[in-house]
Amino acid sequence: MRLMLTATNLTFRVGNKALVSDVSLSFAPGKLHLIIGPNGAGKSTLIKILARLLRPQVGMVSYDDVDVSQASETELAKRRAVLSQAVEVAFPLSAREVVMMGRYPHFGGRPGPADEKIVDDVMAQFDVTEFTDRNYQTLSGGERQRVNFARVLAQLWRDSTSDLNSSGRYLFLDEPLTFLDIRHQIEFMNTIKEMAAQPDVVTVGVVHDLNLAARFADHIVILNQARLVASGTPPDVLTEERIQEIFGVKPTFVGSEESGMHIIFS
Amino acid sequence: MTKQHGNRRLLLVVLAFVTLLVLAASIRYGAIDFPLSEISRAFASILPGHSEPTLDQRIFLELRLPRAILCLLVGASLGVGGTLMQALFRNPIVEPGLVGTSSGAAFGSALFFVLGSVLHISTSVWSLPFAACFGGVVSTYLVFLLARSKEQGRASIVMLLLTGLAVNALFMSAIGFLSYIARDPQARSITFWSLGTLSGANWKAVTIVTTSTIIGTLIALYYSKQLNALMIGEEEATYLGVNVNRLKWIILTVNVVIVAVATAFTGVISFVGLVVPHILRMVGGADNRFLIVGSALTGATLLTLADLMARLVVRPAELPIGILTSAVGVPIFILLLRRRQYVF
Repeated sequence: MRLMLTATNLTFRVGNKALVSDVSLSFAPGKLHLIIGPNGAGKSTLIKILARLLRPQVGMVSYDDVDVSQASETELAKRRAVLSQAVEVAFPLSAREVVMMGRYPHFGGRPGPADEKIVDDVMAQFDVTEFTDRNYQTLSGGERQRVNFARVLAQLWRDSTSDLNSSGRYLFLDEPLTFLDIRHQIEFMNTIKEMAAQPDVVTVGVVHDLNLAARFADHIVILNQARLVASGTPPDVLTEERIQEIFGVKPTFVGSEESGMHIIFS
Repeated sequence: MTKQHGNRRLLLVVLAFVTLLVLAASIRYGAIDFPLSEISRAFASILPGHSEPTLDQRIFLELRLPRAILCLLVGASLGVGGTLMQALFRNPIVEPGLVGTSSGAAFGSALFFVLGSVLHISTSVWSLPFAACFGGVVSTYLVFLLARSKEQGRASIVMLLLTGLAVNALFMSAIGFLSYIARDPQARSITFWSLGTLSGANWKAVTIVTTSTIIGTLIALYYSKQLNALMIGEEEATYLGVNVNRLKWIILTVNVVIVAVATAFTGVISFVGLVVPHILRMVGGADNRFLIVGSALTGATLLTLADLMARLVVRPAELPIGILTSAVGVPIFILLLRRRQYVF
């Protein structure tokens, strides 16, 4: 068994239109994989297929070399989590209740002491302990996203004593930075980077900002018009010609030692 | 356990106590008031070795008592039904009466009464609730089918309410037609079905509604965690391991069955399912495990209070209970509508 996310010949169509067309990729643990591409390239669709929200008409997704199409909902939820763009709650729930939802796949009736402790820990880690009894609906966009990240972390929580060779954990990020300001974007990317560095975690995300992708990704995947265009390290795939061809803007690269590559668009 | 959990548990205990108090008042007062001594003698008369019950005692045992208990159960059913509908559609202004369930169930029952007596269909105890469920299922699914928007494949709340209005009107006119062509004694008056009343209560009704209420509420409680997950969205719930489509079918079916069976014996009682979960959310938050138990108790209490008023205001005659629940429920509904813009 390899801790690895593999996608083989994925095709997803709605009507006659292919949103993802014959995409094959593999994602290794311990690294941050980011998918970029222009609007409508199929990035979000691909993430949703990888997370098994959508089922492809053709192709297969496997976690740890096992086809996920047959996995039970609960078993999958114990080791696969998704951080989405903006989570709206229809009713007044406290921030803690939202974070506790991350433990839902792990307990039957009521949360046990272990679940309570995990929730306390992740809330402290994301600095949202002060919102414990606050209504989630009254939180700002950045505060909400911190609560959701805490929830996702609670869902994938594995304490350090557990066997790292047991099975992989799969974290997906569906444009989680969209409604955040620049400071929160960078803070979040640092946290994501930390999470992704763990040896049993496979992290695949979609981001809009090419600079964030260039700065934080270990591996970049470029999609355009439902097809895979390039896959590799940021310096390898982010070339001037390719960016100009796909995004239709002319980039200028500005390098610096400590912050890595920067792209300026003209 | 957090502070909130402790408060919720206390709240449920208080609610259960209030429910018992209201039940006691409900069996005590009405067209005839039964003093405690009379009540205890009536209970004693069913025990072996006691004298036959007097007329008053029989009125108590055969009319008042089943009515009070039926009222509790119907209130609980409507409260739980409202909670389930609101959780399912992630919207605090949905209730069984608004999406056609109640009028469809009333139509099913009316059809059963009129056609059943004309065609001499063999009638077991369960035929009436079955007919009501059939009507409720048809009307509810009709509303959701017609309200489904072409683009998203999802029912917008405005479409849902408008379609509910239309389907309600359709089924109400069908009930009107049935009561028009029907002859006494088999046809109940149209007011019974359209305004709701508990005056038809008997022990058979109590048995049937007890079964549906208890089973329905237990199933709902079993799925309360999944319903909670639904609050953060269907996609997110899926990521948390919930099979959303399966959950929707189960909950919608439970809701239609408990509401339709209740409606079969009482006619359409609106707005209980709307108001009850809303009040509870204000005092105890939105956790569905709390809401389901709480709305059963609160629904039972409020409907019993309404029934008590219906019996006392114009006594010895009585008002249809639906008039009272609508009079209280409509202003709250309008207030909720105005407080937020429901664009989905």
